[in-house]
Amino acid sequence: MKKTDTIIIGAGPVGLFAVHQLGIKGLKSIVIDNLDKAGGQCIELYPDKPIYDIPAVPECTGEELTDKLLEQIKPFKTDFFLNERVEEVKQDKENWIVKTNNNNEFLAPNIIIAGGVGSFEPRKLAIKEAEKFEEKSLFYAVKDKEKFKNKNISIFGGGDSALDWALELSKFSKINLIHRRDEFRGAPHTLSEIKKLEKEGKIYIKTPCQLDSIEGKDKIDSITIKFDDGKTEKIKTDVILSFFGLIMKLGPIAEWGLNMNKKTIEVNAENFETNKKGIFAAGDICSYPGKLKLILSGFHEVALASVECFKRARPNEKYRFEFTTSSKTIQGRLGKK
Amino acid sequence: MTKITYKDNLGATKTIEVENGLSIMEGAIQNDIPGIDADCGGSMACATCHVYVEEKWLNILPKAEEAEVDMIDMAYEPKKNSRLSCQLIVSDELEGLIVTTPPKQS
Repeated sequence: MKKTDTIIIGAGPVGLFAVHQLGIKGLKSIVIDNLDKAGGQCIELYPDKPIYDIPAVPECTGEELTDKLLEQIKPFKTDFFLNERVEEVKQDKENWIVKTNNNNEFLAPNIIIAGGVGSFEPRKLAIKEAEKFEEKSLFYAVKDKEKFKNKNISIFGGGDSALDWALELSKFSKINLIHRRDEFRGAPHTLSEIKKLEKEGKIYIKTPCQLDSIEGKDKIDSITIKFDDGKTEKIKTDVILSFFGLIMKLGPIAEWGLNMNKKTIEVNAENFETNKKGIFAAGDICSYPGKLKLILSGFHEVALASVECFKRARPNEKYRFEFTTSSKTIQGRLGKK
Repeated sequence: MTKITYKDNLGATKTIEVENGLSIMEGAIQNDIPGIDADCGGSMACATCHVYVEEKWLNILPKAEEAEVDMIDMAYEPKKNSRLSCQLIVSDELEGLIVTTPPKQS
């Protein structure tokens, strides 16, 4: 079990800035996130979209904001546990124990939940039969492309993931690329490659249509797709790959005994503590009167939460408010001389 | 104020007076209309405020921009008359608009 001062759940902008606010107060933290990289919604939903309301930053993309925040917290050498989801939170006297789906365990007096709208998970196919084939012959991600050699593969989706995998897997498999409309959304180069492979008979493009049914007992034999004009077509298929992006699921957070308001956690606006002592919530996931779901509000929320975290982590020390411009202690922690 | 009707996939309807300038999504959230999740808060990033618009309204509503159509690709059971309700801004012209929510959003 790893001991720290604060466990931060969520590596979005608010979770990252929490590392900073705790760090300048001399508190250690660790960060857990279900995605494979830091940045949260900024990196997963709008890496290229400009944001215009970060104070003193007239314009930056989600990716730039994430990079800057990571740079800002570099002095604190924080451990990140990515691709991990928190499953369980339980009390141990004055401390909290957090367990992840990767069997990591952490102990700390404080938890800051900066989980946005929950953890990102692939959006699954809507039809009933889909579930029993999942992870056998239906996949929402490609982990090992060796498994997809010499197969009849039907790929669903019209975005970058669908197009990139269609290109890659067409090198050694027969690909059907199926999309609900005629237009695909991808880089011009990728699109022209796809067109070329279609002419060569390596990729079969089926549009505008959607999945109607999956046939097969233990493994998929074929699928039936339905075109907009009502016609259907049966396609021999060994493997389905489905790329309909990610959705956000609150997941186990709802079971930790916190006071919830719809999908958000109720906090007080003084220190952003929940109804459980030592568990804080900040950013999009918290609610209080007047709450705005803005990145800048999240920054304010973790700044205040970090003060209470200090008091709980260092009960015998007096908290002193300090400015980064004048405090030699803070400057030391930031590696400045 | 404009009358907007929210219909669920089983046909139950609720008609709400929504303030002009708000989105159809905000009208639903503020009035506790089930069936519209709006996880991303209206930044056109999640497709969980997906609704079906009655055919006759499709031409009256401003056309969906590319980013909205791209996002609708991700929605649960998209159709020809699919829109993201966060992008539909309420105005007098929309008096009587009926939107239907899908069986689920994700």
